[in-house]
Order: sequence, then C-alpha cells, then structure tokens
Amino acid sequence: MADFNLASIGLDVLFKGKNMARLIGGLGVALKISLLAVAISIPSGILLGVLMTWENKIVRFFLRVYLEFIRIMPQLVLLFIVFFGSTKIMKLHVSGEMASIIVFSLWGTAEMADLVRGALSSIPKHQYESAAALGLTKTQTFFHVILPQTIRRLLPISINLITRMIKTTSLVLMIGVIEVLKVAQQIIEANRAKSPNAAFGLYLVIFILYFLACWPISMLAKYLEKKWKV
Amino acid sequence: MNWAFIAKYLPMYEKAAWLTVKTGTAGIVLSVIIGIICAAILYYRVPILRRLVSTYVEISRNTPLLVQLFFIYYGIPKVTGIKTDAFTCGIVGLAFLGGSYMCETFRSGIEAIEPIQEESAKALGLNKFQIMRYVLLPQALSISFPGFVANVIFLMKETSVFSAISLMDLMFTAKDLIGVFYKTKESLFLLVVFYLIILLPISLLGSFIERRLRRG
Repeated sequence: MADFNLASIGLDVLFKGKNMARLIGGLGVALKISLLAVAISIPSGILLGVLMTWENKIVRFFLRVYLEFIRIMPQLVLLFIVFFGSTKIMKLHVSGEMASIIVFSLWGTAEMADLVRGALSSIPKHQYESAAALGLTKTQTFFHVILPQTIRRLLPISINLITRMIKTTSLVLMIGVIEVLKVAQQIIEANRAKSPNAAFGLYLVIFILYFLACWPISMLAKYLEKKWKV
Repeated sequence: MNWAFIAKYLPMYEKAAWLTVKTGTAGIVLSVIIGIICAAILYYRVPILRRLVSTYVEISRNTPLLVQLFFIYYGIPKVTGIKTDAFTCGIVGLAFLGGSYMCETFRSGIEAIEPIQEESAKALGLNKFQIMRYVLLPQALSISFPGFVANVIFLMKETSVFSAISLMDLMFTAKDLIGVFYKTKESLFLLVVFYLIILLPISLLGSFIERRLRRG
C-alpha cells in the first residue's frame, strides 16, 4: 500500500491534542470502578461464602436466592435496575458511577461467595476428622488446616475475578458514565469530517488497552494455579 | 404497577426475547464449533495453528465483548469497507468471545482424560479420528459439561450488550420504553421476568443433567 498512513487507519486522531491522555483517563475511570468493587466484593464475598457453609437452613436459603438472582441476571440488567430504578422507585438520585460501584460490588460479592463456598466444600471431610482426632479445636482446625488449603484453591480464581470485573465495567458506558468508550465516541464525533476512519484506530487502541490491563492479571492467576496444583 | 401498560407492551418484549434467544443460540452453536476445533488443535499440538489458537484465546478472553463488538461493528467497516448488519455482527462477536471460552472448557476436559484411554484405543487399532470421535470426545464432553453450561449461561447473559450496537433486544426495548414513557418500574419488571424465563430453565436443566451425569 503506497498511500498507507496513520490517517487511513484512523490513528492520526490519537496524537491530536490530549486525545491519548483522555482515552487513558477514560480507562482509569473504568479501572477505578472495578478496583473499588473488587475491594468491597472480596471481604464481603468471603463472609457470605463462609455463611453459606453453615448448617442454618433459613440463612442458607435466603443467601442462595440472593446469590442465584444476582448471578443469573445479566450485569447490564442489574445496572439498569439500580440506575433507573432507584431514581424512580426510591426517589433517590444515584449517579452512574455510584450505581456501577453498587452493582459491581453486589455482583462481585455473589461471585466471590460462590468461589469461597466451592473452595470450602472441596476440602475433603477427612481433613476435619483428622484435625479433630489430633485434638485441635474448631477454631484451630479452621485457621491451621482448612484456611491454608482454601487460600491456595481460592487465590488464582479470585484473581481471575478481577479481570472479569475489569471487563464487565465496560458496561458502564450504557448508563452514561464517561469512560474510555464514551471518550472514544466523543473523539470520533469531533473528528468526523477530518478523519473519518477514527473509529477503527480508536476502538483498536481501546481493544489493546483492555488487553494490556487484563492479560498480566490472567497470567498471574494461571501461574499461581500451576504452581499450587493439587 | 400499571398492568395495562404491561399487557400492552408484552408482545414487544416477546419479540425482543426471541431476538435474544436467536442471536444467543446462533452465537453459542458457533462458539461450540470453534471451541471444539481449537481444543483439538491445542490437544494435537498442530504446529503454527497452535500458536494462532492460543493467541486468539488470550486476546478474546482478556477483552470485553462490548469493545470487541464496537471494533467489529464500527471499526472494521471503516478500513475494509465491508458493512455488516447488527444481527450478524452480534453473532460474530459472541462467537469470537464464546469460542475461546468453549475451547478452554473442552481442552481441560480432554486433558482430564487419562492417557491410558488413548493408548488402549490405539492398541485396539482405532485411527486418530476414531479415537477423537469415539473415545476422547464423549468423555471430554461429559467431564466439561458443568463448564459448558456455565459458558452457555454466560454467553446468553452477554447478549444483553447487543443493544449497544442498536440490536432491538430485551435491553434495547426496556431502555426505549423507559425513555419514551418513563414507565421505569413496569419496563424493568418485564426485563427481569423475560431474562428469568430465558436463563432459569438453562440453569435448572444444566444442574439436572449434571446430577444425572455424575450418577451415571
């Protein structure tokens, strides 16, 4: 291609003004939401996950209904419920960013709780029995026998939850949060006449940015999973 | 709750739900085909192709579907000049995403089968294709069934982002009705009900079959 240049694939707009910095800033908004949600989800998910292994049938039933509902609904539906629903039904004004943090925390908690429950119930019964036979108390059994094994199973999959969270936050565009895709739309709109191919270049860059944000985390999870393979 | 409103717009949701089911099913079927082919390539360690497949899997699993769709729908036509409609684009995007998930699920399923199975099949004189078709695949499918169901539910849920490329699915309909009539409660109620109608049976059927498989 003799006439190949940056404009033909729409990458020229990237170097105009502060466009690149704006895009990165937009990704920052998405990352901020996901990290906040992860920070809330992990402790509360662990708590709920442990509660789910309790014998109490009523607690378990209500937790189950909550967790299954959150996990089966598309995250976008949950975003709509909180964002549009809270204004209309509870007469509260919730900003898009706030709604996203609430929804992703609720969702992350449900996912994390499920992972914790799975990891805890995958510990064979004889581990508890052997610990009891050695004369360990319930607390000792939990902290010295069960917890270390659970963490090894749990850590790689919870790291993966972070990448899922980052990917899912791209949805906040749909409730009007100004994040990376919205910034790209604004740049494309502003340069429609001068660089009609901007959509290709910008969405390609966002594609790569998301990949760069998630891939290292996935690799870390894979590495830990291999290292601790049981 | 305004029941007259709900009755009036029920058919609209029904139509949208069919669109969700149709695009979802088409995308999932394609995902399974891509997944099986990619898993086989990884399993047989086909040179060159193997590299391509693992690159594809990493790229597809580490980027959001929404970004993939925007790139396919708005980006690619600018450079190639090939414009696809939203319906095709949604299915292609879902297959691109789902293919890698299915591939990982099937690959771990095949890898979980003990090598003695393949060795015995070889000793019995089965060829490579027969081993795959009659020995490995049936076992791999039943081992990876729980993962497969999780993928199906995940992909069905992911179709909700199709509204971003203006496909008139459930999300699009709900957003439209909220915008036009400001009937937020009713629109959201119908949205939740229809997603439950689509997703709950898959989830229940999945766990039912899983229990049967584990027993048998």
